[in-house]
Order: sequence, then structure tokens, then C-alpha cells
Amino acid sequence: MAAGVSERTRSERKLGWMLCAPAVIAMVLVTAYPIAYAIILSLQELDLRFPEEGGFAGLSNYEAVLTSELWWQDFFNTTFIMVVSVAIELALGMIIALVMYRAIFGRGVIRTSVLIPYGIVTVVAAFSWFYAFDPEVGWINDLPFIADDKAWFGEQFSSFAAIITAEVWKTTPFMALLLLAGLVTIDEGLYEAAKVDGASAWQRFWKITVPLMKPAILVALLFRTLDAFRVFDTIFIMTRGAQDTESVSILGYNQLIGRLNLGLGSAVSVLIFVCVFVIAFLFIRGFGVRIQEGRPGT
Amino acid sequence: MGERHSGREYTLWSVGLLLIVLFALIPVLWIVSLSFKDPGAIAAGDTVWSSFVPEDPTFANYESLFTGGLSESPFIAPLINSIVIALIATSIAIVFAAFAAYAIARLEFPGKALILAGALAIAMFPPISTVGPLFDMWRTLGLYDTYPGLIIPYLTFALPLAIYTLVAFFREIPWDLEQAAQVDGATPVQAFRKVIIPLAAPGVFTAAILVFIFCWNDFLFAISLTSSDASRTVPAALAFFTGESQFAEPTGAIAAAASIVTIPIIIFVLIFQRRIVAGLTAGAVKG
Repeated sequence: MAAGVSERTRSERKLGWMLCAPAVIAMVLVTAYPIAYAIILSLQELDLRFPEEGGFAGLSNYEAVLTSELWWQDFFNTTFIMVVSVAIELALGMIIALVMYRAIFGRGVIRTSVLIPYGIVTVVAAFSWFYAFDPEVGWINDLPFIADDKAWFGEQFSSFAAIITAEVWKTTPFMALLLLAGLVTIDEGLYEAAKVDGASAWQRFWKITVPLMKPAILVALLFRTLDAFRVFDTIFIMTRGAQDTESVSILGYNQLIGRLNLGLGSAVSVLIFVCVFVIAFLFIRGFGVRIQEGRPGT
Repeated sequence: MGERHSGREYTLWSVGLLLIVLFALIPVLWIVSLSFKDPGAIAAGDTVWSSFVPEDPTFANYESLFTGGLSESPFIAPLINSIVIALIATSIAIVFAAFAAYAIARLEFPGKALILAGALAIAMFPPISTVGPLFDMWRTLGLYDTYPGLIIPYLTFALPLAIYTLVAFFREIPWDLEQAAQVDGATPVQAFRKVIIPLAAPGVFTAAILVFIFCWNDFLFAISLTSSDASRTVPAALAFFTGESQFAEPTGAIAAAASIVTIPIIIFVLIFQRRIVAGLTAGAVKG
């Protein structure tokens, strides 16, 4: 750029900053400031039930969390729910996207129906599936091949099945729409050329669709993975963490709001923040997600 | 598409279509059917069909939600809170985001990329990490269990979604038309009002729908930063429903309340489905 910044450029800059200021201030005030505050809280012994005690505690809160069995159990639960639900969502979302793309008729009907889970409050979806899985009230046990008296919420992995079902139902539409957006950018001529060369539908999917959709798939995966790691609503409604189904977010909530232990709870919060950061970093560096192509959704 | 399809393809396709529609609709039909069941006879039938069809449909669950008026009803106050809080948060978020998105789409200034990256980072931010500090700060500032106490975090976490949606829409607007209108003799204000606003309105409206759904859906902040009907929203109230004294379990009442907050959103989504799809995927993939 030339040495002097013209008057016009300068006023454009000023206008740009002024217009962005309210949004930037709101975002910094409610995220950057609290996370800094959370770090400070996490270094203190601060239990609101015993406000007189306490003071600087160094890393002892982190030590307490990281050496507790509960944190690692919850970390495993969260990761398990995240991996399984995102994998199912990707497969189902891809099928729905392909069906929407190749629609012979009724494309509008599908679009309408997949938007319904998106629009529904997560808590409502969780209640609906919770009652569906209930042995007395629900309909799942009326299905063939399922025992009439199966107590889904009586045991860890069947509880996970119910939780994952609700999560998958609620968020697959978003995945499908993102994948469809990637699908429509593929040049139709490539498929025609491959067909002429004798490629089967299966080959066309793996050799053309998947490689060309890779950026869209990775962005959708990144956002859904981070979202799934934060799983809270569904578990809170279905089990409140009973039968060893607690997620790290539930643990944080229980410490902060349930026990008013701001020091320990903040250490959990900061650790969750670090996990999310690591996941995002792995996606961006490891898989080469081009982040500028991403966008927030849920 | 103009391709011909065999009868077999039509059959397969119809089955696929039916499965997707069922997948999407079943939980909704289920919660609605529960809401019409007699609180005394809520246990399921022996078949899936008989579980879904209430034997003696009743409005008792709905009536229980509204009896006692504002002071006694477990549902009216949260419903009002949900609507007012979501509307206010959406309005403010859209105004802030529209300013920022306009600047990002049209102006050159340093820091633009940083703002977009920061917004994206916030979209990935785990809300639970802010709950403790906000809880502590809100108690000191007197914002705990108030409308602003929820509006502020909603606003913040909705901003990235609003900014990205609006930037994607604003980049598509042919801004030259504004100058063209001025060349044709329109004043700058007229040019903005008659040319730009009609072009920008659909994008702004779409962003508003997405942000509203986002605020309407929140549960974590709603249960952490409120403690009473003064500001508790519907999702939080549902989790704490104990049911009226006449029921052992609040199942019917929860189902009725869930249906009430679900049906309007579904109608809304159906009416604006094209916009929502455009908004959700705008700028998702660069073609």
C-alpha cells in the first residue's frame, strides 16, 4: 500500500469498525471475559456454601478433577456418545442428502419433514424419546424383536442407545442439509462420463461423490462433533446422569449450579474448553478443514 | 430431470420417501398423542398402533396447564418468558449482526478476517464454560433470574450464526443498483429504502428465523441462570414440572406443554422452509 492512507480509506475503516463494534463487544463480553474469569475461579478454592473458607488454590482443583474417576468416566461417556452419534448422523445424513438430490418426486415433502427435527426444542425431542423408550408408557417395546419389559434406562449402554437415538434424530437434518449443499456443487457431467466408462453406482459414489464432497463433509463433521461433545439437554432430561451416563457438561453443571462449587466447577469448565479446542485443532490441522468454508449452524 | 424411471425405481423411491417422512414425524405424533391421553390411562397399548392412538382423547392435560391463571399455572409464565426473551434477543442480535455483516460484505477495513474468525470460534465455544462465571457475575450485578440475564448470553451465542448468514446473503446483493438508482435521480435515502431494503429483507428475515429457533431452544442457560417463574423459559420449566396434584406423574402435562411449544414452530418451519434451508446452507460451501 502507498505511504499515505487516503481520506476515503480512513473513513471507510472507521465506519467498518464502528459498525462491527456492538457485535464484537457483545461477543467478547460474554465469551472471552467469562473464560478468563473461569480460569481465575478455577485456581481458587471457592465453594459458595462455605464462602468464608477458600483463597488461592493453585492447580489443586485441576488435580482433583483429573485424578477423579468421575471425570474420566464422564469423558469416556461423552466421547462415546459423540463418536457413535456423529458416525450414525453422517451415514444417515448422506443417505437423506442423496435421496433429496436424486428425488424422482416429493423433494419438497422430504425437505419439509427433515426440517421438523431441526425446529423442535431439544428438550421436547428428549422427552418424546424418553417416553417412547419408557417400558410402561412407550411404544419402542411394542416393536417386534424387543422385549415388552425392557428397561432401557436401567443400564448404561441401553441408556446410551436412547440418548443417541434422540441426538441423532434431532441433528441429522442439519447434517443432511450441509451435505446436500456440497452435493449440488458437483458437476453432473462427471457422473455421465463415469457411466459411459462403465463405473457402477457404488464406484461413482466412492470415486466421485465422496472425494469432491470432502470439504463439505469435514466442515459438517467438525461442527457436529463439537456440538455433540457439548451434549447436555438430552442427558439431563433422560437420565440426569444416572446409570453412568453423565457427560462432562452435566458434570460441570452439577459442580457449578448443583453444588455451587465454583472453583471445582470452573476447573471442569476450563477442561471442557480445552477439549473443544483440541478437537477443533485436530480437525483443522489433521484433516485440513478449511475453516473459512465453515459456518456456524446449530 | 427428464430421465425415465422404471416401475421398480418408483416403488423403491416411494418406500424411501415414506421412511424419511416417518423418521421425521414419529416423535412429534407421539408427543401429541400422549398429550391427548387420559392422565389415568397413559400406559401404552400392546401394539405400536394402539400406543399412538389415545382411547378416549381428552383435553384434560391442556386444561391442567392453564388452570389457575398466571399466578398458579406452571406453564403460562414460562411461555410468556420464552416468547419475550427470544423476541428481544433475536431483535438485538439481528440489528448488531446486520451492522457487522454490512461492514464485512461491503467495506474494506483491517480486522475483518479476525472478526469472522472470532465469530466462528464463538460458534464452537462450549456454553458450559461460561455458565459458572456468568452465574457468579449475574448474582453480583443483580441479573440472576432476570430477562437481561438470559437475553445477553443468547444474543452473544446467536451472533455468529446471524453474522455468517447475513454476510452470505449480503454478498449476493447487487449493491451497484443503489448507485444506479441515484443516477436515475433517487436520493441516497430513497435508493436505500426502495432498492437495498427490499433486496436485503429476505436475508435478514431468514437470519431472524434461525436466531429465534436458537434462542427458543436453549436449555443450559435457562436452567443455570434462572430460579423462578420470573424468567424461567419453557424448556427449563418442562424439566422441573412436577405435575398437578391430581397426577402421580406429570407425563400428560409435559406432553401437552411440549406440543404447545412445538406445533407453532412446525407451522413456522413449514411456511418458511425454503428460506430456512437457504439460510442454513448459505455460504456453507463455496461453489
